[in-house]
Amino acid sequence: MVSWPLEILKAIGLAAVIFTFLAVVAAMFGVLLERKIGGWIQSRLGPKHVGPQGLFQTLADTLKLLQKEHIQPRAADRAIFNAAPLIVAVAGLMSWVVIPFGTLGERVLVVRDLNIGIVFFAGMASMTVIGILAGGWSSNNKYSLLGGLRSASQMVSYELPLGMALVAVAMEAGTLSTVGIVRAQDGWFGSFVFRQFPAFVIFLIAATAEVNRVPFDLPEAESELVAGYFSEYTGMRFALFQLGEYGEMFAMAAMTATLFFGGWKGPILPPLVWFLLKMYVVVFFLMWVRWTYPRYRLDQLLNLSWKVLLPAGLVWILITGYRITF
Amino acid sequence: MLLVDWLYVGVFVVVGIIMAALPLAIVWLLAPRVDYPQKYTTYESGVVPFGQAWAQFNVRYYLFSLVFVIFAVEVIYLYPWAIVFRQIGKYAFYSMTVFLVILLLGLIYAWRKGALEWV
Repeated sequence: MVSWPLEILKAIGLAAVIFTFLAVVAAMFGVLLERKIGGWIQSRLGPKHVGPQGLFQTLADTLKLLQKEHIQPRAADRAIFNAAPLIVAVAGLMSWVVIPFGTLGERVLVVRDLNIGIVFFAGMASMTVIGILAGGWSSNNKYSLLGGLRSASQMVSYELPLGMALVAVAMEAGTLSTVGIVRAQDGWFGSFVFRQFPAFVIFLIAATAEVNRVPFDLPEAESELVAGYFSEYTGMRFALFQLGEYGEMFAMAAMTATLFFGGWKGPILPPLVWFLLKMYVVVFFLMWVRWTYPRYRLDQLLNLSWKVLLPAGLVWILITGYRITF
Repeated sequence: MLLVDWLYVGVFVVVGIIMAALPLAIVWLLAPRVDYPQKYTTYESGVVPFGQAWAQFNVRYYLFSLVFVIFAVEVIYLYPWAIVFRQIGKYAFYSMTVFLVILLLGLIYAWRKGALEWV
Protein backbone atom coordinates (compact mmCIF):
# COMPACT_ATOMS: atom_id res chain seq x y z
CA MET A 1 0.00 0.00 0.00
CA VAL A 2 1.23 3.46 -0.77
CA SER A 3 0.43 6.31 1.52
CA TRP A 4 -0.72 9.05 -0.81
CA PRO A 5 -0.18 12.14 1.39
CA LEU A 6 3.37 11.01 2.10
CA GLU A 7 4.09 10.42 -1.59
CA ILE A 8 2.67 13.82 -2.49
CA LEU A 9 4.81 15.51 0.16
CA LYS A 10 7.88 13.65 -1.07
CA ALA A 11 7.11 14.67 -4.65
CA ILE A 12 6.66 18.31 -3.68
CA GLY A 13 9.92 18.27 -1.73
CA LEU A 14 11.86 16.67 -4.56
CA ALA A 15 10.41 19.03 -7.15
CA ALA A 16 11.34 22.04 -5.02
CA VAL A 17 14.86 20.72 -4.42
CA ILE A 18 15.48 19.97 -8.10
CA PHE A 19 14.05 23.29 -9.23
CA THR A 20 16.31 25.13 -6.79
CA PHE A 21 19.25 23.01 -7.93
CA LEU A 22 18.50 23.94 -11.53
CA ALA A 23 18.12 27.63 -10.74
CA VAL A 24 21.38 27.79 -8.78
CA VAL A 25 23.66 25.21 -10.38
CA ALA A 26 22.41 25.15 -13.97
CA ALA A 27 21.15 28.67 -14.56
CA MET A 28 23.27 30.86 -12.24
CA PHE A 29 26.56 29.04 -12.18
CA GLY A 30 26.02 27.53 -15.61
CA VAL A 31 25.94 31.04 -17.08
CA LEU A 32 29.01 31.97 -15.06
CA LEU A 33 30.82 28.84 -16.23
CA GLU A 34 29.84 29.61 -19.79
CA ARG A 35 31.20 33.16 -19.54
CA LYS A 36 34.39 32.02 -17.83
CA ILE A 37 35.01 29.32 -20.43
CA GLY A 38 34.18 31.80 -23.19
CA GLY A 39 36.70 34.20 -21.72
CA TRP A 40 39.31 31.50 -21.45
CA ILE A 41 38.81 30.33 -25.05
CA GLN A 42 38.91 33.88 -26.40
CA SER A 43 41.96 34.90 -24.31
CA ARG A 44 40.16 37.35 -22.06
CA LEU A 45 39.25 37.26 -18.41
CA GLY A 46 35.47 37.00 -18.27
CA PRO A 47 33.59 38.26 -15.21
CA LYS A 48 36.07 39.20 -12.50
CA HIS A 49 34.86 41.95 -10.20
CA VAL A 50 31.86 40.70 -8.21
CA GLY A 51 33.14 38.45 -5.44
CA PRO A 52 36.36 36.41 -5.63
CA GLN A 53 37.21 35.86 -9.32
CA GLY A 54 33.73 37.07 -10.30
CA LEU A 55 32.08 34.15 -8.53
CA PHE A 56 28.99 36.12 -7.55
CA GLN A 57 28.48 37.80 -10.91
CA THR A 58 25.34 35.90 -11.89
CA LEU A 59 23.99 36.12 -8.35
CA ALA A 60 24.21 39.89 -8.65
CA ASP A 61 22.60 39.70 -12.08
CA THR A 62 19.68 37.76 -10.65
CA LEU A 63 19.22 40.29 -7.85
CA LYS A 64 19.25 43.04 -10.44
CA LEU A 65 16.73 41.27 -12.65
CA LEU A 66 14.42 40.86 -9.66
CA GLN A 67 14.18 44.65 -9.44
CA LYS A 68 13.43 45.22 -13.10
CA GLU A 69 10.01 46.25 -14.34
CA HIS A 70 7.95 43.87 -16.43
CA ILE A 71 7.27 45.46 -19.76
CA GLN A 72 4.55 43.94 -21.83
CA PRO A 73 4.24 45.33 -25.34
CA ARG A 74 0.79 46.74 -26.08
CA ALA A 75 0.50 44.66 -29.24
CA ALA A 76 1.29 41.36 -27.53
CA ASP A 77 -1.18 38.61 -26.77
CA ARG A 78 -1.41 38.95 -22.99
CA ALA A 79 -2.21 35.42 -21.81
CA ILE A 80 0.16 33.53 -24.09
CA PHE A 81 2.91 36.11 -23.58
CA ASN A 82 2.75 35.51 -19.82
CA ALA A 83 2.48 31.74 -20.06
CA ALA A 84 5.43 31.19 -22.41
CA PRO A 85 8.32 31.65 -19.93
CA LEU A 86 6.57 29.40 -17.43
CA ILE A 87 6.21 26.64 -20.03
CA VAL A 88 9.90 26.85 -20.90
CA ALA A 89 10.98 26.80 -17.26
CA VAL A 90 8.74 23.83 -16.41
CA ALA A 91 9.93 21.95 -19.50
CA GLY A 92 13.49 22.45 -18.29
CA LEU A 93 12.53 20.88 -14.98
CA MET A 94 10.51 17.92 -16.26
CA SER A 95 13.36 16.05 -17.96
CA TRP A 96 15.01 15.63 -14.58
CA VAL A 97 12.28 13.30 -13.36
CA VAL A 98 13.89 10.32 -15.06
CA ILE A 99 17.59 11.11 -14.68
CA PRO A 100 19.40 8.89 -12.15
CA PHE A 101 21.94 10.87 -10.13
CA GLY A 102 23.71 8.03 -8.40
CA THR A 103 23.27 5.39 -5.77
CA LEU A 104 23.04 5.50 -2.01
CA GLY A 105 23.75 2.02 -0.75
CA GLU A 106 21.24 -0.14 -2.61
CA ARG A 107 18.91 2.69 -3.57
CA VAL A 108 19.19 4.56 -6.84
CA LEU A 109 18.88 8.31 -6.54
CA VAL A 110 16.27 9.06 -9.14
CA VAL A 111 13.01 10.94 -8.77
CA ARG A 112 11.02 8.21 -10.49
CA ASP A 113 12.32 5.32 -12.51
CA LEU A 114 9.54 5.52 -15.12
CA ASN A 115 9.19 2.40 -17.22
CA ILE A 116 9.11 4.54 -20.37
CA GLY A 117 12.03 6.69 -19.15
CA ILE A 118 13.71 7.76 -22.38
CA VAL A 119 10.47 8.23 -24.31
CA PHE A 120 9.31 10.51 -21.51
CA PHE A 121 12.62 12.34 -21.72
CA ALA A 122 12.32 12.87 -25.47
CA GLY A 123 8.78 14.17 -25.01
CA MET A 124 9.72 16.61 -22.30
CA ALA A 125 12.79 17.80 -24.21
CA SER A 126 10.62 18.82 -27.12
CA MET A 127 8.11 20.58 -24.87
CA THR A 128 10.44 23.58 -24.70
CA VAL A 129 9.63 24.41 -28.28
CA ILE A 130 5.96 24.96 -27.40
CA GLY A 131 6.99 27.68 -24.95
CA ILE A 132 9.43 29.17 -27.44
CA LEU A 133 6.89 29.20 -30.24
CA ALA A 134 4.25 30.65 -27.90
CA GLY A 135 6.65 33.38 -26.78
CA GLY A 136 7.76 34.15 -30.30
CA TRP A 137 4.28 34.37 -31.72
CA SER A 138 2.59 36.20 -28.86
CA SER A 139 5.20 38.99 -28.76
CA ASN A 140 3.84 40.25 -32.06
CA ASN A 141 7.37 41.16 -33.01
CA LYS A 142 8.80 40.14 -36.35
CA TYR A 143 12.13 39.02 -34.94
CA SER A 144 10.42 36.97 -32.26
CA LEU A 145 8.09 35.33 -34.75
CA LEU A 146 11.02 34.36 -36.94
CA GLY A 147 12.90 33.03 -33.92
CA GLY A 148 9.92 30.95 -32.83
CA LEU A 149 9.37 29.52 -36.30
CA ARG A 150 13.04 28.67 -36.66
CA SER A 151 12.91 26.89 -33.35
CA ALA A 152 9.93 24.87 -34.56
CA SER A 153 11.75 23.92 -37.76
CA GLN A 154 14.69 22.77 -35.67
CA MET A 155 12.50 20.69 -33.40
CA VAL A 156 10.78 19.13 -36.41
CA SER A 157 14.15 18.14 -37.85
CA TYR A 158 16.21 17.04 -34.88
CA GLU A 159 13.52 15.28 -32.89
CA LEU A 160 13.80 12.34 -35.29
CA PRO A 161 17.56 11.66 -35.14
CA LEU A 162 17.30 12.05 -31.35
CA GLY A 163 14.54 9.46 -31.27
CA MET A 164 16.55 7.12 -33.53
CA ALA A 165 19.58 7.34 -31.24
CA LEU A 166 17.35 6.60 -28.25
CA VAL A 167 15.86 3.58 -30.03
CA ALA A 168 19.34 2.22 -30.74
CA VAL A 169 20.27 2.60 -27.07
CA ALA A 170 17.01 0.96 -25.99
CA MET A 171 17.77 -1.97 -28.30
CA GLU A 172 21.22 -2.39 -26.81
CA ALA A 173 19.95 -2.21 -23.23
CA GLY A 174 16.66 -4.01 -23.80
CA THR A 175 14.78 -1.51 -21.65
CA LEU A 176 13.46 2.04 -21.77
CA SER A 177 14.09 2.79 -18.11
CA THR A 178 17.08 5.06 -17.53
CA VAL A 179 18.16 3.09 -14.46
CA GLY A 180 18.00 -0.10 -16.49
CA ILE A 181 20.14 1.46 -19.19
CA VAL A 182 22.82 2.43 -16.69
CA ARG A 183 22.68 -1.08 -15.18
CA ALA A 184 23.16 -2.57 -18.66
CA GLN A 185 26.52 -0.81 -19.02
CA ASP A 186 29.19 -2.86 -17.28
CA GLY A 187 32.80 -1.89 -16.81
CA TRP A 188 34.82 0.61 -18.77
CA PHE A 189 34.26 -0.82 -22.22
CA GLY A 190 30.68 -1.74 -21.51
CA SER A 191 29.71 1.93 -21.78
CA PHE A 192 27.43 2.41 -24.75
CA VAL A 193 29.73 5.09 -26.14
CA PHE A 194 31.81 2.23 -27.53
CA ARG A 195 29.13 -0.17 -28.74
CA GLN A 196 26.81 2.63 -29.85
CA PHE A 197 29.28 5.20 -31.09
CA PRO A 198 27.24 6.35 -34.14
CA ALA A 199 24.16 6.67 -31.92
CA PHE A 200 26.26 8.74 -29.52
CA VAL A 201 27.35 11.13 -32.28
CA ILE A 202 23.80 11.45 -33.60
CA PHE A 203 22.44 12.01 -30.10
CA LEU A 204 25.01 14.67 -29.27
CA ILE A 205 24.39 16.63 -32.48
CA ALA A 206 20.62 16.35 -32.16
CA ALA A 207 20.75 17.30 -28.49
CA THR A 208 22.77 20.41 -29.29
CA ALA A 209 20.14 21.35 -31.84
CA GLU A 210 17.25 20.59 -29.48
CA VAL A 211 18.57 22.95 -26.83
CA ASN A 212 19.20 25.65 -29.48
CA ARG A 213 22.90 26.04 -28.89
CA VAL A 214 25.64 27.07 -31.29
CA PRO A 215 26.08 25.94 -34.08
CA PHE A 216 22.29 25.53 -34.12
CA ASP A 217 21.30 28.72 -32.28
CA LEU A 218 19.25 30.16 -35.14
CA PRO A 219 16.19 30.87 -32.97
CA GLU A 220 18.25 33.33 -30.93
CA ALA A 221 20.85 34.49 -33.42
CA GLU A 222 21.87 37.70 -31.65
CA SER A 223 23.37 39.18 -34.77
CA GLU A 224 20.30 38.84 -36.99
CA LEU A 225 17.24 38.44 -34.78
CA VAL A 226 18.35 40.39 -31.67
CA ALA A 227 17.70 37.48 -29.29
CA GLY A 228 14.83 36.13 -31.39
CA TYR A 229 11.94 34.68 -29.44
CA PHE A 230 12.68 36.55 -26.23
CA SER A 231 13.39 39.99 -27.69
CA GLU A 232 10.30 41.43 -25.97
CA TYR A 233 10.84 39.81 -22.59
CA THR A 234 12.31 41.85 -19.77
CA GLY A 235 13.64 41.21 -16.30
CA MET A 236 12.69 38.01 -14.58
CA ARG A 237 10.71 36.60 -17.51
CA PHE A 238 13.85 36.76 -19.60
CA ALA A 239 15.64 35.01 -16.74
CA LEU A 240 13.02 32.25 -16.78
CA PHE A 241 13.76 31.63 -20.44
CA GLN A 242 17.43 31.39 -19.57
CA LEU A 243 16.63 29.05 -16.69
CA GLY A 244 14.63 26.76 -18.94
CA GLU A 245 17.34 26.78 -21.56
CA TYR A 246 20.17 25.98 -19.19
CA GLY A 247 18.04 23.45 -17.32
CA GLU A 248 17.41 21.72 -20.61
CA MET A 249 21.07 21.86 -21.57
CA PHE A 250 22.18 20.32 -18.28
CA ALA A 251 19.46 17.70 -18.67
CA MET A 252 20.77 16.81 -22.12
CA ALA A 253 24.30 16.58 -20.73
CA ALA A 254 23.09 14.41 -17.87
CA MET A 255 21.21 12.21 -20.31
CA THR A 256 24.31 11.83 -22.49
CA ALA A 257 26.23 10.75 -19.40
CA THR A 258 23.46 8.33 -18.46
CA LEU A 259 22.96 6.76 -21.86
CA PHE A 260 26.49 6.59 -23.15
CA PHE A 261 28.99 6.99 -20.31
CA GLY A 262 27.52 4.63 -17.75
CA GLY A 263 25.78 7.26 -15.60
CA TRP A 264 26.84 7.01 -11.97
CA LYS A 265 29.23 4.08 -12.49
CA GLY A 266 32.94 4.42 -11.88
CA PRO A 267 35.69 3.27 -9.55
CA ILE A 268 36.82 4.71 -6.17
CA LEU A 269 34.84 7.97 -6.18
CA PRO A 270 31.21 7.99 -4.94
CA PRO A 271 28.54 7.43 -7.66
CA LEU A 272 27.11 10.94 -7.38
CA VAL A 273 30.55 12.46 -7.98
CA TRP A 274 31.05 10.29 -11.06
CA PHE A 275 27.67 11.32 -12.41
CA LEU A 276 28.39 15.04 -11.92
CA LEU A 277 31.86 14.65 -13.39
CA LYS A 278 30.53 12.99 -16.54
CA MET A 279 27.73 15.53 -16.83
CA TYR A 280 30.15 18.45 -16.53
CA VAL A 281 32.46 16.98 -19.15
CA VAL A 282 29.56 17.00 -21.61
CA VAL A 283 28.52 20.49 -20.49
CA PHE A 284 32.06 21.66 -21.07
CA PHE A 285 32.04 20.08 -24.50
CA LEU A 286 28.82 21.91 -25.42
CA MET A 287 30.32 25.20 -24.24
CA TRP A 288 33.55 24.54 -26.06
CA VAL A 289 31.60 24.01 -29.28
CA ARG A 290 29.63 27.19 -28.65
CA TRP A 291 32.71 29.37 -28.44
CA THR A 292 34.45 27.71 -31.35
CA TYR A 293 32.02 27.27 -34.23
CA PRO A 294 30.01 29.74 -36.30
CA ARG A 295 26.26 29.37 -36.83
CA TYR A 296 24.65 27.15 -39.47
CA ARG A 297 22.40 28.56 -42.17
CA LEU A 298 18.83 27.26 -41.95
CA ASP A 299 19.02 25.19 -45.13
CA GLN A 300 22.33 23.66 -44.04
CA LEU A 301 20.78 22.79 -40.71
CA LEU A 302 17.81 21.05 -42.34
CA ASN A 303 20.11 19.25 -44.78
CA LEU A 304 22.32 17.92 -42.01
CA SER A 305 19.33 16.50 -40.19
CA TRP A 306 17.29 15.08 -43.07
CA LYS A 307 19.99 13.94 -45.44
CA VAL A 308 22.71 12.82 -43.07
CA LEU A 309 21.51 12.10 -39.54
CA LEU A 310 18.10 10.60 -40.33
CA PRO A 311 19.28 8.00 -42.89
CA ALA A 312 22.31 7.29 -40.72
CA GLY A 313 20.03 6.71 -37.73
CA LEU A 314 17.78 4.34 -39.68
CA VAL A 315 20.72 2.37 -41.01
CA TRP A 316 22.32 2.22 -37.59
CA ILE A 317 19.13 0.79 -36.09
CA LEU A 318 19.21 -1.95 -38.72
CA ILE A 319 22.88 -2.67 -38.06
CA THR A 320 22.31 -2.83 -34.31
CA GLY A 321 19.33 -5.12 -34.82
CA TYR A 322 21.36 -7.39 -37.08
CA ARG A 323 24.27 -7.55 -34.64
CA ILE A 324 22.10 -8.40 -31.67
CA THR A 325 19.85 -10.88 -33.46
CA PHE A 326 22.59 -12.92 -35.12
CA MET B 1 3.40 1.77 -8.64
CA LEU B 2 2.54 3.15 -12.06
CA LEU B 3 0.03 5.56 -10.57
CA VAL B 4 2.64 6.82 -8.08
CA ASP B 5 5.07 7.41 -10.95
CA TRP B 6 2.64 9.67 -12.74
CA LEU B 7 1.63 11.35 -9.50
CA TYR B 8 5.24 12.52 -9.27
CA VAL B 9 5.13 13.80 -12.84
CA GLY B 10 1.94 15.72 -12.12
CA VAL B 11 3.31 17.20 -8.90
CA PHE B 12 6.45 18.24 -10.78
CA VAL B 13 4.36 20.19 -13.29
CA VAL B 14 2.41 21.98 -10.57
CA VAL B 15 5.39 22.72 -8.33
CA GLY B 16 7.41 23.78 -11.37
CA ILE B 17 4.80 26.36 -12.35
CA ILE B 18 4.55 27.66 -8.79
CA MET B 19 8.33 27.89 -8.33
CA ALA B 20 8.71 29.61 -11.70
CA ALA B 21 5.95 32.09 -10.87
CA LEU B 22 7.49 32.88 -7.48
CA PRO B 23 10.20 35.25 -8.77
CA LEU B 24 7.54 36.95 -10.88
CA ALA B 25 5.61 37.64 -7.66
CA ILE B 26 8.77 39.07 -6.08
CA VAL B 27 9.22 41.29 -9.10
CA TRP B 28 5.63 42.47 -8.72
CA LEU B 29 6.47 43.56 -5.17
CA LEU B 30 9.90 45.06 -5.80
CA ALA B 31 10.01 46.47 -9.29
CA PRO B 32 9.21 50.10 -10.07
CA ARG B 33 6.41 50.98 -12.47
CA VAL B 34 6.96 54.00 -14.65
CA ASP B 35 4.42 54.55 -17.40
CA TYR B 36 4.92 56.21 -20.71
CA PRO B 37 3.45 55.17 -24.04
CA GLN B 38 6.68 54.59 -25.97
CA LYS B 39 7.70 51.90 -23.53
CA TYR B 40 4.97 49.60 -24.72
CA THR B 41 5.69 49.74 -28.41
CA THR B 42 7.07 46.67 -30.13
CA TYR B 43 10.82 46.57 -30.58
CA GLU B 44 11.91 46.90 -34.16
CA SER B 45 15.53 48.05 -34.04
CA GLY B 46 14.54 51.50 -32.85
CA VAL B 47 12.19 52.53 -35.64
CA VAL B 48 8.42 52.83 -35.30
CA PRO B 49 7.04 49.32 -35.93
CA PHE B 50 5.73 48.76 -39.41
CA GLY B 51 2.45 46.83 -39.35
CA GLN B 52 1.89 43.71 -37.28
CA ALA B 53 3.87 40.53 -37.05
CA TRP B 54 0.61 38.58 -37.24
CA ALA B 55 0.40 38.73 -40.97
CA GLN B 56 0.24 35.92 -43.46
CA PHE B 57 3.59 34.27 -43.26
CA ASN B 58 4.99 31.68 -45.61
CA VAL B 59 6.28 28.84 -43.43
CA ARG B 60 8.66 27.42 -45.94
CA TYR B 61 9.45 24.20 -44.17
CA TYR B 62 5.87 22.91 -44.11
CA LEU B 63 6.86 19.95 -46.29
CA PHE B 64 9.46 19.00 -43.70
CA SER B 65 6.76 19.12 -41.04
CA LEU B 66 4.59 16.73 -43.06
CA VAL B 67 7.45 14.28 -43.45
CA PHE B 68 8.20 14.76 -39.75
CA VAL B 69 4.72 13.59 -38.74
CA ILE B 70 5.19 10.32 -40.64
CA PHE B 71 8.61 9.64 -39.17
CA ALA B 72 7.65 10.64 -35.64
CA VAL B 73 4.89 8.03 -35.71
CA GLU B 74 7.40 5.55 -37.05
CA VAL B 75 9.84 6.18 -34.21
CA ILE B 76 7.03 5.54 -31.73
CA TYR B 77 6.46 2.15 -33.39
CA LEU B 78 10.16 1.37 -33.05
CA TYR B 79 10.24 1.68 -29.25
CA PRO B 80 8.11 -1.38 -28.40
CA TRP B 81 9.98 -3.39 -31.00
CA ALA B 82 13.34 -2.30 -29.59
CA ILE B 83 12.39 -3.77 -26.22
CA VAL B 84 11.08 -7.16 -27.29
CA PHE B 85 12.99 -8.06 -30.47
CA ARG B 86 15.56 -10.04 -28.48
CA GLN B 87 12.91 -12.45 -27.22
CA ILE B 88 11.15 -12.83 -30.55
CA GLY B 89 14.35 -13.38 -32.49
CA LYS B 90 14.84 -13.45 -36.24
CA TYR B 91 11.19 -13.00 -37.16
CA ALA B 92 11.08 -9.61 -35.40
CA PHE B 93 14.26 -8.51 -37.11
CA TYR B 94 13.03 -9.40 -40.60
CA SER B 95 9.64 -7.78 -40.18
CA MET B 96 11.19 -4.61 -38.84
CA THR B 97 13.70 -4.61 -41.69
CA VAL B 98 10.80 -4.59 -44.15
CA PHE B 99 9.18 -1.74 -42.24
CA LEU B 100 12.39 0.32 -42.10
CA VAL B 101 13.21 -0.28 -45.75
CA ILE B 102 9.76 0.94 -46.79
CA LEU B 103 10.36 4.06 -44.73
CA LEU B 104 13.83 4.55 -46.19
CA LEU B 105 12.30 4.28 -49.66
CA GLY B 106 9.73 6.87 -48.61
CA LEU B 107 12.50 9.16 -47.47
CA ILE B 108 14.35 8.68 -50.75
CA TYR B 109 11.12 9.40 -52.63
CA ALA B 110 10.57 12.64 -50.72
CA TRP B 111 14.20 13.53 -51.30
CA ARG B 112 14.02 12.89 -55.05
CA LYS B 113 10.76 14.82 -55.30
CA GLY B 114 12.53 17.81 -53.81
CA ALA B 115 10.54 17.91 -50.57
CA LEU B 116 13.80 18.13 -48.64
CA GLU B 117 15.07 21.16 -50.53
CA TRP B 118 15.01 24.62 -49.05
CA VAL B 119 13.13 26.66 -51.64
